[in-house]
Amino acid sequence: MSNESVETPLLKIEGIETLYFDRIYALHGLSLQVREKEIFTVLGPNGAGKTTLLKTIAGLLKDQPKKGTIQFSGRNIHRAAPEKVAGMGIVYVPEDRGLFRELTVKENLDLGLWGRRDKDIQGDVENVHRLFPILKGRSDQQAETLSGGEQQMLAIARALLRRPKLLMLDEPSLGLAPMVGRTVYDALREISQGGTTILLVEQNARMALGIANYGYIMESGRIVLEGTAKDLSENEDVQELYLGLGGEAAASPKGWRLYKKRRRW
Amino acid sequence: MDLIESYREELQLIRKPWTRVWVGGLVLALILLPLYCPEATVYVATIICIYAIGVQGQNLLIGYTGQISFGQAGFLAIGAFTFGHLARLGLPWPACLLAAGVAAGLFGIIVGFPSLRLKGPYLAIATMGFGIAVYQVLVNSELLSGGRMGLSVPKIDPLFGLSRITFNYYFNLAIALLFTLVSYNIISSYMGRAFIAVRDNDIAAEVIGVNLTHYKLLSFAISSFYTGIQGGLYALLIGYLEPNMFTFMESITLFVAVIVGGLASIEGAIMGAAFVILVPQFFSAYKEMVPVVYGTAIIVLLIFQPLGFAGIWMKTRLYLRNWPFR
Repeated sequence: MSNESVETPLLKIEGIETLYFDRIYALHGLSLQVREKEIFTVLGPNGAGKTTLLKTIAGLLKDQPKKGTIQFSGRNIHRAAPEKVAGMGIVYVPEDRGLFRELTVKENLDLGLWGRRDKDIQGDVENVHRLFPILKGRSDQQAETLSGGEQQMLAIARALLRRPKLLMLDEPSLGLAPMVGRTVYDALREISQGGTTILLVEQNARMALGIANYGYIMESGRIVLEGTAKDLSENEDVQELYLGLGGEAAASPKGWRLYKKRRRW
Repeated sequence: MDLIESYREELQLIRKPWTRVWVGGLVLALILLPLYCPEATVYVATIICIYAIGVQGQNLLIGYTGQISFGQAGFLAIGAFTFGHLARLGLPWPACLLAAGVAAGLFGIIVGFPSLRLKGPYLAIATMGFGIAVYQVLVNSELLSGGRMGLSVPKIDPLFGLSRITFNYYFNLAIALLFTLVSYNIISSYMGRAFIAVRDNDIAAEVIGVNLTHYKLLSFAISSFYTGIQGGLYALLIGYLEPNMFTFMESITLFVAVIVGGLASIEGAIMGAAFVILVPQFFSAYKEMVPVVYGTAIIVLLIFQPLGFAGIWMKTRLYLRNWPFR
């Protein structure tokens, strides 16, 4: 698959194959590139392999990928241990937020600073408090008592304290009210403007394409379509299946079956 | 739970003036204990000091890192017998004590390897197997256990004109205070934070850069080092060792101390140690009732106060702070 617009990728994945139980293909020869200081999104239905993709990059799936290469800043991170991947500047925010639920907001943020001994710590903490002011007022509150939106903000704030070069987010709008989801997305836009590269996996295509520069559509472990966010937003299939512009028929199981028959990829 | 307002405050061991008062008062009371208590009480307090070290170690493993171990009696035995054999060879007690801790710590790393694959009850069974295996090896090896007569261990001669019981009390109190200080340092260090991260969400810990293998094994090593020191001090106090002192019941006793005292609390570990030593004292006429009391205490505490004695202590402090207005 050609991708001429991607020139100097921060992350370069080529032909990776990830299997569960050594026989079930979750990623099937997948290739993609993520350019520095931009927001890239991967869209797709349930079971497409989006979360598996992020977990494979983060090194959380032991002995995976079976085939292919993953390069970050020109260095091979194929099958690297999760802490090594994190140490290189790739920070993954899982779908369940990955919070330390019994700890307070402050303790969670402290763990985001784990291993850091530089002098910019105080500045970074102030920065995440500026980005998510509500967290400052909740410092002493247990993470599990926060609302869904606040938990997501805490997860992103903790990830930012790792000073990520690449921030990978798995469905950050999941389970959030539209207003709260927008707040989170506004923060992501600001984080990107600050120079952090973002790889965003989403089912909420409208929100994701709203902030992304470039997008990939994923189905059954493969990239089936890619393009700039604008191109994808104007693509008929994407509009019909992911942006809900195809009327009720497209949203029904029958509509999905029909789409599968006549889709253009 | 106090709101910490500056990094300097975070590094302080004792943050509030009132805490300084009660900690100072408690340490003073412990120092003066031999002056106003009978020798029998001082002896019991000495054993509590020794147990407090091992329970703190186990709390670092179970309470802070979330790794269950039922094999502590094995580490205790390794520490005690290492101390005993080296002391009999004529080595000075500090070297013997350090060797006891290191030997137990090395076995802790070996036992920690299953923790990389196993969790919860499966890990509990694996560690229980280790504790029983150590006991069986000692029972079947006269060379290691000293045979039917057991292993006699040379004691330290009292210094400063103190009686043996008073000297032993101050000696073990000083070591227990030192280890308590180390425990507080561990949990407020990067290492302690990594332990807590592993306990709360191991995947999240990995993605923030915590090496799970390293910190799980380190937790096992530190915990068993503490237990080995407990074993060495116990050998030095009693002056006699036999395998039957390290049965599976001893692992249960240490586990009970952690749960009853309160998971993830150093104060709780000390209170738990006091509980498991004092209960047999109170029920000395009915020894068979001791396990029943342990079991009942765990059930009652888990229902009404899952944070154990540490939880009761924390609630009391919060209540007193606002008294009489709330």
